[in-house]
Amino acid sequence: MTETLDLSVFVRRAGGFAHMDLAVEGVGCAGCIRKIEAGLKQLPGVVDARLNFTNRRLAVEWRPDELEASAVVDALERIGYHAHPFEPQRAESEEAKTARKLLMALAVAGFAAMNIMLLSVSVWSGNVSDMTQETRDFFHWLSALIALPAAAYAGQPFFRSAWRALRTRALNMDVPISLGVLLALGMSLYETAAHATHAYFDSAVMLLFFLLCGRYLEHAMRQRTRAVAGNLAALKAEVAHRFDAGGEVVMVPVAALKPGDRLLVRPGERVPADGTVISGSSDIDESLVTGETMPRKVMAGGTIYTGSLNHSGALTMRVTVAGEGTLIDEVERLLEKASSARSRYLRLSDRAARLYAPLVHTTAALTLLGWLVIGAAIHDSIITAIAVLIITCPCALALAIPTVQVVASGALFRSGVILNAGDAIERLAEADTIIFDKTGTLTLPEPRVENAEAFAPELLEQAARLALSSRHPLAQALAREARLRTPITGAVEEPGQGVRAMIDGSEARLGSTAFCDVTDVPAPQSDVSSIVFTHAGRCAVFAIRQRLRADAVAVVRELLASGLDVRILSGDRASAVEPLAAVLGVTGWQGGLKPADKIAAIEQLKAGGRRVLMVGDGLNDAPALAAAHVSMSPISAAHIAQTHADAVFLGERLVPVLQAVTTARRARRLMQQNLWLAVIYNAIAVPVAIAGFVTPLIAAAAMSGSSILVTLNALRVRARPRDVA
Amino acid sequence: MNVLVYLVPMALLLGLTGLAAFMWSLSSGQYDDVEGAALRILDNDDIEVL
Repeated sequence: MTETLDLSVFVRRAGGFAHMDLAVEGVGCAGCIRKIEAGLKQLPGVVDARLNFTNRRLAVEWRPDELEASAVVDALERIGYHAHPFEPQRAESEEAKTARKLLMALAVAGFAAMNIMLLSVSVWSGNVSDMTQETRDFFHWLSALIALPAAAYAGQPFFRSAWRALRTRALNMDVPISLGVLLALGMSLYETAAHATHAYFDSAVMLLFFLLCGRYLEHAMRQRTRAVAGNLAALKAEVAHRFDAGGEVVMVPVAALKPGDRLLVRPGERVPADGTVISGSSDIDESLVTGETMPRKVMAGGTIYTGSLNHSGALTMRVTVAGEGTLIDEVERLLEKASSARSRYLRLSDRAARLYAPLVHTTAALTLLGWLVIGAAIHDSIITAIAVLIITCPCALALAIPTVQVVASGALFRSGVILNAGDAIERLAEADTIIFDKTGTLTLPEPRVENAEAFAPELLEQAARLALSSRHPLAQALAREARLRTPITGAVEEPGQGVRAMIDGSEARLGSTAFCDVTDVPAPQSDVSSIVFTHAGRCAVFAIRQRLRADAVAVVRELLASGLDVRILSGDRASAVEPLAAVLGVTGWQGGLKPADKIAAIEQLKAGGRRVLMVGDGLNDAPALAAAHVSMSPISAAHIAQTHADAVFLGERLVPVLQAVTTARRARRLMQQNLWLAVIYNAIAVPVAIAGFVTPLIAAAAMSGSSILVTLNALRVRARPRDVA
Repeated sequence: MNVLVYLVPMALLLGLTGLAAFMWSLSSGQYDDVEGAALRILDNDDIEVL
């Protein structure tokens, strides 16, 4: 191609060098690092190229006067890697900063916990042998010296979060944690000054260490899924052909488009932005927008939407902003309403904290009062009450849910489900009704040849290879059948009609019936498009239509078998939905729905006490995705739909939806199990503490024992999910 | 017990050195690409092939 891509929006300049970050596709082995880095460094002007293998991102730095940004992308393409520049999201760099802070806090807490434990073990063994009081005090003071600064640093994430919660008059898990840590440290300091036998510095710091482990893992997992999601978005990013001031066409990334820009949309391309047609006429496939599979005719003055596929003619369009009475406006309006109506979901851990925090604090207070009433000294009563707080300090409780969540989102990640929302797993587990959109969700996003088996393999191969030379969507659907991906040489495309080429000495044609000079073709069904291939007297009519995802029938059957109510709500005509619903065995289906109708259907289900999982991909599904209890989108979905989905799934199969539901249900079961384990632990430990028998040794053993137990239990989420044939 | 006077500060100092080393490695970006580091070591490009 002679056109060059203008990538200047992605280039940052600093100190005389230009810098660009790219997401790279297809990096899979050690050799790739060297190939990419060495390959780029050979370019004149490139100063540095470094590939981050963990998140598949490449940072390139070069002298801007010697090299264009697009040359970097072209060079990568030549080496064999598809790359797309992206702008690092602010949210992502914020997360990286938080992760680093958490890791530092974890290191400090780990260092302190180890050293204090070393001193504590000496004190414990000294207490049962011949340790002098001076030595014990010395060890306690040393522990305080390590514990106080360490807790002040490593405890910050908890103190801050607790303070935020308290300021809004709420309770979260961090409130009892912070209180427990602070009281344990304060009491130990007082006891040390009074030359007492017991100090709880080790418990306080070890608690912080365990909790930071859970919190860091949770954060690292979220960061990883976010990086992958960012890469996918960057690699999907498309380019637009924009007319510059002089009327010339320049290729620019979609990110650089502004309202008012004039764009050229050629046949076979997707419309890069919402806008109005200035000139030209064409058939537009809006299946990604409305779910309708039949192309719509557009002419000058017509409105077209991002993601529609241009079938036949070249269009010139003007990019518009929302607020002009279009479908986008209606969707935006509905989205706003749906998002504000959605009640804030109360996570399981928060619900546990609401129950737990008052319970613990009351128990501690009652212990204090109880001991005072039966005549114990004030000092002893306070010590026992604080011991209750320390021993119930929710080590197990605060680890129980995050660990399951980390392991479950890791398992989902491996089966191709990327979670957007932190509480998606809990909400997925609660779903009892699944609503599927039809076009692009149950069916593949791109149409396929339906009757490929009806033709001789070599005829199909020839037709498919000829189709490689055409940009027409029907030809591209046929081209997917080609085994050998080399186009036939000398193929000529007649715009709007078809392609022809010489094969084995005679002319082959692929295109419309008129172009191929074929008359006796049976009239196709309403939702089937056909493309004709003729060669040496033979003729083939390929039927092309939206096809179900290969495993859709099996997945829907599994979902029905696991007790879920499966329904289909489609924007497509009822006549197109009916046969598909019959094949899937779904009785509850509706066709021809507008975005508002989909929301109404969901609201009705919600009013009946149902929890709805909405799976959809179109622009018209976005409000429904936001209104549902929980939602998923395929990766091919419209941008606005993806941003409102709680999870995105990859690939051409539907099975990730089933896996998401089963993994989430198992995860919820384990969360509940872990909570019960924590309850049992407390039921045993608290009476011991109330009775005043807790020594630092018992506290340390109980705390680490229960933490390890719930963590091991959480690992069971990884059990291999059932696969669907 | 007099050995504690210099053994304890020494032990703490050693521990702090380890902590400082970790902090340094973290802030110099050594954990940014853990998988890549494992693979880069296999790369022989600094050795002349005879």
